[in-house]
Amino acid sequence: MDRIPILKMGPFLLVTIQVDMHDRLAMMLQEDLTGRIAAGGATGVLIDISSLEMVDSFIGRMLGEIAGMSRILGAETVVVGMQPSVAITLVELGLSLKGVRTALNVERGMELLRASVDESEATYGGPGSQR
Amino acid sequence: MAAQAHNAERLPIRAQEDVVLIRQTVRDFAKQLGMSLVDQTKIVTAASEIARNTLIYGGGGWVRIEVLESNPRRGVRLIFEDQGPGIPDIERALQDGFTTGNGLGLGLGGARRLSNEFEIVSRPGEGTRITLIRWKL
Ligand SMILES: Nc1ncnc2c1ncn2[C@@H]1O[C@H](COP(=O)(O)OP(=O)(O)O)[C@@H](O)[C@H]1O
Ligand SMILES: [Mg+2]
Repeated sequence: MDRIPILKMGPFLLVTIQVDMHDRLAMMLQEDLTGRIAAGGATGVLIDISSLEMVDSFIGRMLGEIAGMSRILGAETVVVGMQPSVAITLVELGLSLKGVRTALNVERGMELLRASVDESEATYGGPGSQR
Repeated sequence: MAAQAHNAERLPIRAQEDVVLIRQTVRDFAKQLGMSLVDQTKIVTAASEIARNTLIYGGGGWVRIEVLESNPRRGVRLIFEDQGPGIPDIERALQDGFTTGNGLGLGLGGARRLSNEFEIVSRPGEGTRITLIRWKL
């Protein structure tokens, strides 16, 4: 596979990482995602890593950078489905994934994204706003 | 260490795809040994970090992956070797956050934490050899 597919679902972008990515593939995913957010005005990104058997510092950094860049572009990122063995290993590796929102599974992740859309509408003049 | 090595495999580290193959091969070794999923993941993650360093900083090299028997323990041993520039200050390189590239600086320190035994031999201008062992608990 030469690229990880990105699906669009309403205002959200969905990525399911199903292959053991080499570094270039991870970089391309990061570039593709930020390009898609900038181009299409997505408000949320959901990254499903339940098939990933390992997250090292490179992939961890990529997840953090996707979350940071998408935030700047106005989209919230949620990483879902991290295997417990991967989470345990990440802690020992020393990676905190600070700034990356996580959820147990796709359903919970979608709930988080929907809630964050509601939140920002409330803050920036959506229904119920005072301004 | 009166340990016996067998069932070894030697793989080149020349490209990013090699790092992926090393992860998969180390996973197979750890599985065959009957390691728990967490232990498998720890040694695979450590292998990924050191393999990437061998590629990026060492200019490529080799890894030897082997099953280690040291009665009554069994484990996986990984020996990474390159003929790159070497690591001038190993203590410093092991510190979390230290990088001369643009990484997070967690590879060496993290791989040491994820291993049961960890050794770096490095001479400036000659290269680097890093040995990791994870025992089956
Ligand atoms: N095989 C190697 N040859 C030369 N230098 C190395 C090697 N491995 C690691 N280093 C040095 O150690 C530093 C720390 O490595 P690491 O902890 O993996 O962090 P990072 O890969 O993010 O830089 C590297 O930036 C590099 O300077
Ligand atoms: Mg590294």
